[in-house]
Amino acid sequence: MSFVFAGLFTPFHYQFFNNGIIVATIAGALCGLLGVFVVLRGMSYIGHGLSHAVFGGAAASAVMNINYFVGAGVWGVASGVIIGRIARRRLIGADAAIGVVTTASFALGLALLNRYGQAKKSIEAVLFGSVLGVKTIDIVAVSAVAILSVVIVVALYRAFLFATFDPEVAQVSGVRVAWIEALLMGLLSLTILVTMRVIGTLLISALLVIPASVARMLTNSFARMLWISPIIGAVSAFTGMYLSYFLDTSASATIILTGTLMFIVVYAVTGLRGRTRISGLHHI
Amino acid sequence: MIGEVLVECAHMSCAYNSTLAIKKIDFTIRKGDFVGIVGPSGSGKTTLLKAILGSIVPVEGHVTKKPHLRMGYVPQVETVDWNFPVTVLEVVAMTRSSTGRLPRVTKDERADALLVLERLGLGGLENRHIRELSGGQQQRVFVARALFHRPELLVLDEPTSGVDVRTRHEVLHLLADLHDEGVSIILSTHDLNGLAAHLPRLVCLNSEIIADGSPVEVLTPEVLEQTFGAPMEVLIHGGMPVVVDGVGADIAERMSRFG
Ligand SMILES: Nc1ncnc2c1ncn2[C@@H]1O[C@H](COP(=O)(O)OP(=O)(O)OP(=O)(O)O)[C@@H](O)[C@H]1O
Ligand SMILES: [Mg+2]
Repeated sequence: MSFVFAGLFTPFHYQFFNNGIIVATIAGALCGLLGVFVVLRGMSYIGHGLSHAVFGGAAASAVMNINYFVGAGVWGVASGVIIGRIARRRLIGADAAIGVVTTASFALGLALLNRYGQAKKSIEAVLFGSVLGVKTIDIVAVSAVAILSVVIVVALYRAFLFATFDPEVAQVSGVRVAWIEALLMGLLSLTILVTMRVIGTLLISALLVIPASVARMLTNSFARMLWISPIIGAVSAFTGMYLSYFLDTSASATIILTGTLMFIVVYAVTGLRGRTRISGLHHI
Repeated sequence: MIGEVLVECAHMSCAYNSTLAIKKIDFTIRKGDFVGIVGPSGSGKTTLLKAILGSIVPVEGHVTKKPHLRMGYVPQVETVDWNFPVTVLEVVAMTRSSTGRLPRVTKDERADALLVLERLGLGGLENRHIRELSGGQQQRVFVARALFHRPELLVLDEPTSGVDVRTRHEVLHLLADLHDEGVSIILSTHDLNGLAAHLPRLVCLNSEIIADGSPVEVLTPEVLEQTFGAPMEVLIHGGMPVVVDGVGADIAERMSRFG
């Protein structure tokens, strides 16, 4: 009995696992927090687009031997702000333009890694994330972005709420909507940047959407969504990461599947009420 | 006693993707005005209101506003995201976003907001989700939000669309009260007899301004036909113009064949 019990703690004997689970849990909470805005604005394609754009930057910086956070960071934040601007103008074809540009960035990154990268393994790590490569710097980076995000969202809570619900009237009432949106896109890009090494390019957008959608089913209050969603994100990330050790599955895939399971359970439990609440969310 | 100029549009044109929605608008709102804009669907009423608010920038001409003019805007209900997770109180408190620093609605703000809600007949509904209200109540929540900003100029886009006669009367009385208190008002409406004919000043819009004046001056068969592109008759009832659909006779004749 005590043998089995002790077995439950084995993963924590590995430093790489501890680092990985810390980064993943904070990343889950962070994605949960910013995901609220992504989901309520019907912009889930932005998480998808940004992560693909950042991938290009990550590959380019790897090939050119530039520090990941510097190279991919500049690239990611720049594409975030540009994507935000295109999306804001709500032009016909804006999604298509974003899709083309970010997919091109992704393809370029892939080609660069094929041509100049070391091994197939590193591509896989960027696409699907990896717990093995997680270093102390990743913990520091993800914590810093999480603290920054919480401080900004709390300090500018009203402006964020108003600009998300009704940008036009917010603008007229004196909220600097363009600035708020740029800030949000900047935070999203930073989030993707610091979580990508663990979660991977392909599954980050799911982590932005699932916790917030679950939170939306559970509450009708924006303020409550802002803490329920990070909790759900953190719990899925922690549980998923932990289970992946025993199931010998990809950490990010297990995290997303755990989140999906929570979605299904909440969907079933909240019934019609939950369904009507999320029915208005676009592009989930 | 002509009031001070609040907003002045000079030779203003606005466009979406290079198609002009409104053309060469010359139009002034003064303190104390109570103006209605009428015109068919797509004639540019919402566009004109947004240009006045400053959320659309004219491609030609310009809009000049009194410095620091405080405006409250009540959008067309169709444009509101009713699924957004906010309560009535949260919506009303929103307009103090630039002054209020605290995330929570403060005690004073709450008391102020409750007074406004009470006044609009929404007392006791402050904790409801915005979707859990009737059409008329939903409309009034957004009027409450605009009033909470203590505007000098209140801008309303179709404040009586989809509400019953009683609610329409209530909205009209409320607007008249606010006007008496010194708030200047501009609104758009499709309701010629129920709303427009009661206002002191009307503007007929069909991409361009067709007429601007009192209801008696503006509600004439010629102006209406030019504005709506359909024949209409005008009767005078108790000194007030009443617009009658001119196609009526023709349709009645066709319908009578089934009788
Ligand atoms: N976001 C937009 N993009 C492109 N065209 C638009 C947009 N909004 C309005 N238009 C066009 O501009 C013109 C004026 O529209 P507007 O909404 O101002 O009309 P309206 O008088 O308010 O109509 P309604 O009575 O139906 O509300 C219409 O031809 C409309 O199709
Ligand atoms: Mg309109």
